[in-house]
Amino acid sequence: MNNDPSFWERLSLAFKLFFKILSDAAFAAQMKRPMTFESVPKSDPSVRPAVFKEALPDAAVQLLGLLQQEGRFIDFLEEDVTDASDADIGAAARVVHQGCRKSVRDHFKIVPIRTEAEGSRITLQEGFDASSLRLTGNVVGKPPYTGSLIHRGWRVGEVTLPKVAPGHDVRVLASAEVEL
Amino acid sequence: MSEEKFSIGIDLGTTNCALSFVRPDSEKPAEITTEVMRIPQLAAPGAVEDLLLLPSFLYLAHADEFAVSDLALPWNAGMSFVTGELARVRGVTTPIRLVSSAKSWLCHSGVDRRSAILPPEAPAEIGQVSPLQASIFYLEHMRDAWNYYHPDDPLQNQEVVLTVPASFDPAARELTAEAARAAGFENLVLLEEPQAAFYNWIQSSGTGWRKQVKTGEIILVVDVGGGTTDLSLIAVTERDGAVELRRIAVGDHILLGGDNMDLALAHLLKDKLAGKGTLDPWQLQALTHGCRVAKEALLLNSDIAAFPVVVPNRGSRLIGKTLRTELTREETEQTLINGFFPYVDVTSTPTIRARSALTKIGLPYAQDPAITRHLAAFLTRQVDAADDLAGFGKGGGGGFVRPSAVLFNGGVFKAHSLAARVLDTLNTWLLEAGSPKARFLEGVDLDMAVSKGAAYYGYVRRGCGVRIRGGAAKSFYVGIESAMPAVPGVDPPVQALCVAPFGMEEGTDAALPPQTFGLVVGEPVRFRFFGSSVRRTDPVGATLESWAPEALEELENIEATLPADNRNPGDIVPVRLRARLTEVGTLTLEALPVSGSEHWAVEFDVRGN
Repeated sequence: MNNDPSFWERLSLAFKLFFKILSDAAFAAQMKRPMTFESVPKSDPSVRPAVFKEALPDAAVQLLGLLQQEGRFIDFLEEDVTDASDADIGAAARVVHQGCRKSVRDHFKIVPIRTEAEGSRITLQEGFDASSLRLTGNVVGKPPYTGSLIHRGWRVGEVTLPKVAPGHDVRVLASAEVEL
Repeated sequence: MSEEKFSIGIDLGTTNCALSFVRPDSEKPAEITTEVMRIPQLAAPGAVEDLLLLPSFLYLAHADEFAVSDLALPWNAGMSFVTGELARVRGVTTPIRLVSSAKSWLCHSGVDRRSAILPPEAPAEIGQVSPLQASIFYLEHMRDAWNYYHPDDPLQNQEVVLTVPASFDPAARELTAEAARAAGFENLVLLEEPQAAFYNWIQSSGTGWRKQVKTGEIILVVDVGGGTTDLSLIAVTERDGAVELRRIAVGDHILLGGDNMDLALAHLLKDKLAGKGTLDPWQLQALTHGCRVAKEALLLNSDIAAFPVVVPNRGSRLIGKTLRTELTREETEQTLINGFFPYVDVTSTPTIRARSALTKIGLPYAQDPAITRHLAAFLTRQVDAADDLAGFGKGGGGGFVRPSAVLFNGGVFKAHSLAARVLDTLNTWLLEAGSPKARFLEGVDLDMAVSKGAAYYGYVRRGCGVRIRGGAAKSFYVGIESAMPAVPGVDPPVQALCVAPFGMEEGTDAALPPQTFGLVVGEPVRFRFFGSSVRRTDPVGATLESWAPEALEELENIEATLPADNRNPGDIVPVRLRARLTEVGTLTLEALPVSGSEHWAVEFDVRGN
């Protein structure tokens, strides 16, 4: 299917741009640049759309529930911290940190991607995994690349989420409690 | 279905259960690997997680407490009660529905272990369960979990080693075996927990253990679980040129464990928080949990001076409602080391307070929290434990039996300083007695040693590794009341007739004592029953007229009922009593008529006094 704008759409767009350029000097300056320098990268006719996966809401909601159960995560986020003292926030943060850390460690095996100390120089050979190593700064040339490790990165190894009973409503992150 | 059997080790603990196993294809002892099976259980309503431990808690839920699907387990969609983690968590806010420490109740001779008495203070509408039934539920949970993961090798076809405290009396062992049979465990053996820990140490050392101990040594096993402290002595002896291990003594049943320590710290911090509001039971539980984390951090890392402990509010507001305090190194050491592991003399004995006449029915918790004092009493009582073994000197010097190495087990000892304190105290005693210092044996998996050691034992008992010779941990006696005229206020004197000798081996019958008893046909007849952990040389038939008060401990009565078949009710039949230590590891007694080939089982009376 052709997604190019129709003649009438193009005409309408041309008029809008005409008046925008006349009335807005800054916008006009922006428009001037691409027109005077390089052309917009041409689209490749062989491009195919990527099929994105829908994230499954159940697992995400389940994780929120786990963080709430152990670490009072939702309780903490739902509070207004603006006027609270740092000491009070600190005490609450310990609850959240201890609990969420336990919950995350119980259910995810999290390992650093690079074990070198942050700040040390490391060299990446050709064929390194670009999704687990992000190049920044002066990104030119060819591998091997040498640079300094800014962040060691994290990867989840094993994931062991609780199995959910059929018919169980995971959207209840924390039941309301009524003491009799 | 596999031909070969798995060896499964089950630690049925006071506060946690665990299951380990050895696959059938393992061969040499040095190559055996034990694996821990994670146990699926409800961790939250509707959420099943595979956890290393199954907390030994049973929650008797109200019909309106959970949605039907929320209690489902992978093997049973229609559960009506909860075992494991969710039970533990729910019990904190609704303790009236929580059954805990069923194992301690199982060996509490003051109550009827088969009657529904738990939870002890439940309102009438809650259907209580018996200590026996609660144990069955935990075992069934583990059975179903095993079968869920091993559908082709169901548990009833495997060999199961179930651990019991070394201090369990014959009735408690029999009840444990009964629970296991009720849960469908067919190939069952009982193993004492300190021995299981020792097997774990043997396994973890590969073949190296033989180099670490030598003939003539006595090894002390100190096993501090969540709720109990269990002591045993294992001697390294030699038989036919080969090293042989013998469990030569076990301690008393001490209801004192790691949970008491966390609770002691929690009460200390509760007092520190006293000015900031009162804590509800849920918060006290959170505080106890915080104390455990803080304690471990402080005892493992000597650089930390204090560790913060926070107690959240039960409502959704955290900020401004969270109580913060800290546990200092000094408090931890003062409370734990000096409270539970004080330096004491080897001659000291645990303090016993007189119980008030009007006590509620409850567990007989140890009244003296000092584990070192219990240890001193144990070593002193067992002074001649190794006297009759070849290659061991008389234990008399110093007035206590002198171990040369100590094996620690239990999560409590992850804090090295606590193990070090026990060893230090023991070494002080040894030094005073002019003996060399005892060593620390390393390599036990402090959390999982019991179930792992049990699985390992199940495998090596097929004949491919060293075994500890245990046998009966006590000698056993039947009380015979002397015929004498009744005197008001004076109990007729009782003689004790030995029916089972000390160290009697599994799978053997004791000799038949010559003495006969008259049993009345059709009527239950009860006898008093005693055990001794110090009278090692009494043969079957020995009759004691009198004994030191601490030498014999009275156990549950035993009861025999002669069926009236072919006899006239009311007739008196002379019988003799024969003891047998079964392959499973339980003691049974039989009544044999002097004439004829019949025999009747004599039961332990576990209905409480």
